[in-house]
Amino acid sequence: MMTNLAANRAADRITDIESGIQGAAAQEMLVIKDLKTHFFTQKGVVPAVDGVSIRIPEKQVMGIVGESGCGKSVTAMSILQLISRPGRIVGGSIMLDGEELVGKSVRAMRDIRGDKVSVIFQEPMTSLNPVYTVGRQVSEAITVHRHVGKQEARQQVIEMFKAVGIPEAERRFSSFPHQLSGGLRQRVMIAMAMVCQPKLMIADEPTTALDVTIEAQILHLMRRLEEKSNTSIMLITHNMGVVAEICDFVYVMYAGKVMEQAPVFELFDHTKHPYTKGLLNSIPKPTEEKQRLYNIKGMVPNLLRLPKGCRFSPRCEYAMPECRESEPELYDCGKNHKVRCFLYQKGQGGGADE
Amino acid sequence: MAKYIIKRILVAFPVLVAVSLILFIMLNVVPGDPVTVMMREHIKPELIEVFKERMGLNEPIFVQFGKYVLNALRGDFGMSYKLKRDVSALILEAFPHTIKLAIYAALVAWFIGIPAGIFSAVKQNTLVDRAFMSFSLMGVSLPVFWAGLLMQYLFAFKLGWLPVTGYYSPKYYVLPAIVLGWQSAGTIARLTRSNLLEVMKNDYIRTARAKGLGEAVVVVSHALKNAMLPVVTMMAMQVAGLLGGAVMTESIFGIPGLGRITVDAMGTRDMPLLQGSVLFITAIIIIGNMVADLLYAFLDPRIRVE
Repeated sequence: MMTNLAANRAADRITDIESGIQGAAAQEMLVIKDLKTHFFTQKGVVPAVDGVSIRIPEKQVMGIVGESGCGKSVTAMSILQLISRPGRIVGGSIMLDGEELVGKSVRAMRDIRGDKVSVIFQEPMTSLNPVYTVGRQVSEAITVHRHVGKQEARQQVIEMFKAVGIPEAERRFSSFPHQLSGGLRQRVMIAMAMVCQPKLMIADEPTTALDVTIEAQILHLMRRLEEKSNTSIMLITHNMGVVAEICDFVYVMYAGKVMEQAPVFELFDHTKHPYTKGLLNSIPKPTEEKQRLYNIKGMVPNLLRLPKGCRFSPRCEYAMPECRESEPELYDCGKNHKVRCFLYQKGQGGGADE
Repeated sequence: MAKYIIKRILVAFPVLVAVSLILFIMLNVVPGDPVTVMMREHIKPELIEVFKERMGLNEPIFVQFGKYVLNALRGDFGMSYKLKRDVSALILEAFPHTIKLAIYAALVAWFIGIPAGIFSAVKQNTLVDRAFMSFSLMGVSLPVFWAGLLMQYLFAFKLGWLPVTGYYSPKYYVLPAIVLGWQSAGTIARLTRSNLLEVMKNDYIRTARAKGLGEAVVVVSHALKNAMLPVVTMMAMQVAGLLGGAVMTESIFGIPGLGRITVDAMGTRDMPLLQGSVLFITAIIIIGNMVADLLYAFLDPRIRVE
């Protein structure tokens, strides 16, 4: 059924995705290697991001999926180094277009934020400052990074407003956030994120606060902008439908680790990890008349007391004795598909597959 | 905007009438009439009656009140029993002293309170924060008459830096302004700090940081304007309160302002003067509240009337 969803995309996207599968050939925009972001609380160390490696090729939409608290937002905020205390990056590397970000000075990070890496947040209502006009707030993103006058910044903002489909862009420039609808506010946020033509745009659940029709519009807008510019997108979501809609490649995270990674069609057609299967099964299917929606048993583990062995083993239907003993690595299953599960250890391939 | 202001002024009139009615009743309920208080015990009882009759004090209280309101509407607030002068003239004489003290005190309060609040919030839970907050707590909780006397003792009597009482040059206003301003500064600093800390948790602060703005710009431009909304409102009302006369401070430092004449009028049962000054203070508070509301609307686009 996911294949149906994905097939709804315009035909020309398919070629892009296929080139995404070949992946390795494309220029890497972002390479995160073994990133560790831990929170040092009074109760102990919380390994919110625990050795995550992610690569985003140029001009691609990469999705990070997972339940709340799996570390997806912390991964994103680590890129910008906007981790609030008591959290900090304790290891790993983040290369943006060949430039190492971990260990950069506060000053240097400031120049990167909003210019080379920008963010769209979940709540467009609360993410805009209520006492300033939206035009002023977007202009600020330009003037802080570029030496342009007020008038020129204004022109650029209005151009950008038009590009993201804000009607009456000139008039909207002097609107306050509360005067705009949720969809328009999110378009403003996108305009703010795109106005400096960043190399990477992080979208942290950009459509969660919006209704479904607006969600589709916003996703298509992001896709279109990504195609027109050289911006790569990192899309954080818990919504598999959103992933199917616009992502090229998907990382599934659980309790601070990547559990499965694959090109989007490969992931939906040949789902391997029991956790990913659980996520996909939790989506209501219009073709089936089921009384109860499927859910993954148990709860996300407390990161202070992680289970021994595989982090998912206590909730896993396929758990074997060794799953509770040692932690699996990411096993390569070909077609750019990797799974952190003993079922797919070399020589056992396809254990739980169908 | 103009419509709103006119509406607020019209609403103010019933409030003023109600305040003077309550005051009228209260003054008639408390023991001691002005004639007895003025003449002391050596006077013959018949004479007291004559004076009372002449001053219209024997008429029913509502008739007295009606006459007072009618005269007041014509701009005549009567004569002070004790000072034998027009009440309006006395008030207008006292008011400049109060204005001066209020301005000095407000300046002290703003220039100390706001920066102290910002520093405390930015350096939350550090030594600076604790020091500022203890100092504010002292300002809020120390009674003015006590803090005032201590300061007089230390700075005027012991050190001789400043005059003890009087109102002859700006120097005389330093101590009263600090005593009075310290109190307001404490409230402002605490409110600024807590609001700023609250505002800094908002998503739009994260957005501002994600835009690449420096921390100083984030605090001053994005957080402060939001955090100051309630503070500005409170400041406007504080100023109104200060303009209404600081009874304690004026008495301790011998400044013949509104607060002083009001207290004196109370002591001598000088009803016209007391009525007049209380009405005047009420009017100032009403105007202060109105200014606070207008300021809020000016600062916060969400409640601005379209």
